[in-house]
Amino acid sequence: MSPALREDFREILRLTPAGARVLDVGCGEGDLLDLLTHERGVDGQGLEISADGVSACLARGLAVVQGDADRDLDSFPTGAFDMAILSKTLQQMRDPRHVVSELLRIADRAVVSFPNFGHWRVRWALLARGRMPETRALPNPWWSTPNIHLCTLHDFLALTDDLGLRIEACAALSGGRPARPIDPRSALENWRAEAAVFVLRRG
Amino acid sequence: MKALSSPHDGIESGGGVWRFPADRPLRLDSGATLAPLEVAYRTYGHLNADRSNAVLVMHALTGDQYLASTHPVTGKPGWWTRVVGRGLPLDPDRFFIICANVLGGCMGTTGPGSTDPATGAPWGLAFPVITIADMVRAQAMLVEALGIETLFAVVGASMGGMQALQWAADYPERIFSAVCIAGAARHSAQNIAFHEVGRAAIMADPDWRGGAYEAAGVRPEKGLAVARMAAHITYLSEAALQRKFGRELQRDGLSWGFETDFQVESYLRHQGASFVDRFDANSYLYITRALDYFDLAAAYGGQLASAFVPARDVRFCVLSFSSDWLYATAESRHVVRALNAAGCRASYVEIETDKGHDAIFLEEPALDSALRGFLASAAEKRGLA
Repeated sequence: MSPALREDFREILRLTPAGARVLDVGCGEGDLLDLLTHERGVDGQGLEISADGVSACLARGLAVVQGDADRDLDSFPTGAFDMAILSKTLQQMRDPRHVVSELLRIADRAVVSFPNFGHWRVRWALLARGRMPETRALPNPWWSTPNIHLCTLHDFLALTDDLGLRIEACAALSGGRPARPIDPRSALENWRAEAAVFVLRRG
Repeated sequence: MKALSSPHDGIESGGGVWRFPADRPLRLDSGATLAPLEVAYRTYGHLNADRSNAVLVMHALTGDQYLASTHPVTGKPGWWTRVVGRGLPLDPDRFFIICANVLGGCMGTTGPGSTDPATGAPWGLAFPVITIADMVRAQAMLVEALGIETLFAVVGASMGGMQALQWAADYPERIFSAVCIAGAARHSAQNIAFHEVGRAAIMADPDWRGGAYEAAGVRPEKGLAVARMAAHITYLSEAALQRKFGRELQRDGLSWGFETDFQVESYLRHQGASFVDRFDANSYLYITRALDYFDLAAAYGGQLASAFVPARDVRFCVLSFSSDWLYATAESRHVVRALNAAGCRASYVEIETDKGHDAIFLEEPALDSALRGFLASAAEKRGLA
């Protein structure tokens, strides 16, 4: 687990009310769900595409359904959760717009974090080397990366505007340092933030 | 045979046949009633002081109550000794485990081979047609008779998994959790078709005698064996059959006749022949019929999620096997989507295996660890030590 990812979890933990009904979309082996269950006593449910991930979750006693966020979110009823989490998974979705819109149908709040493709290291890698960036936050070569829908902070804002969503909070995550509240519309932050976590509500 | 340290030594704690008085009939979906009802069962482990650790395990089509004890007819170990035993996911040191022979069965629970009180002769085809819900109703009567208000878990595979779903729909307040392994919420056209082949084989046997074979002192063993052979193919994946037998021959060279040339033929014939020693043809007809009639959503206007809405407090675990084509993964996914839609707390994983439906009974570590994890966390939530 990279330091940036742990920061991501720490910030989500801070944002999660005790006892909330939480859906973690793309929960992997359940690290975040486990953390939220033990630290916040959440009523947690996970959705994970890989059988190994789900098996690991079941072995830890987490309630996780094997499924595909692109396809299976529509089986959850409207307002079923207080909070839906999409932690560093958005960029792996086939249809991010649909997924974000579904998150805010099934939950009152959505917490979405993703690596910022506008970060200076990313821009520099492309500008100076003329190659797809391989950075701390995006470690894979282009041919094997699971990240198929990368975006910058400002790109993401375009999506939230398009969906008419309200941004309740936003924090930048950089190099394992504590999350830093930011105005995502700032041009500077679109350079500075290695990754970001957004708290969204319906507008 | 077994070493003294076996996880199954001395775990059986009771059982027998529970006889319900004639004034406590079983009301069937068909409208008929059945009395007196008898339910044969076995128990493992002990009920705790607050009666909160009881688990009902429900067997598959041709299973029985000999879950983890030696089978009285075959002399073989119980059908799920891999899962039930000390240190195993269903640990009798922790849980009070009950397994009952299903309604319509032939190992002691009332079925078509039982005596019809009206005639004093075996029921035969006069036995009323039963459903999965009827089987569950009989199980619920037994559980109540054993003094258990709420089961910690209902656990079933295949037909047993369907019963687990039926329990959740019919008695959500009487179960804390439900496990459905390689099950389905309905029988598909293909499922029904295979069962019809089996039933046709039994009925085509001249010794079946319209179901009244017992009075004639004969048994339709040939028909029942063929039914088993056809069904057994559906329990295995093509890959497993190929891996096990390929085109291997029984002897050197072909017989140029209709002897058992291929090892797979010999295997199927053996499956058929050994099955008839422990199973009754009419029971096979009735239980397969109950499965064919099974469509949990039917009573809810075709909306499966509606069946699970009252079970929102039940913790569900649904497991399927990737190579199972009898009750395929798609059926389990259908169940899981309905559970999600109903707002139930569900876990689901498709276990990667090439063993087909039979993986239920075979060495499958991913199944064990999923079951163990689910049951352990549910037990913690239930306050079981």
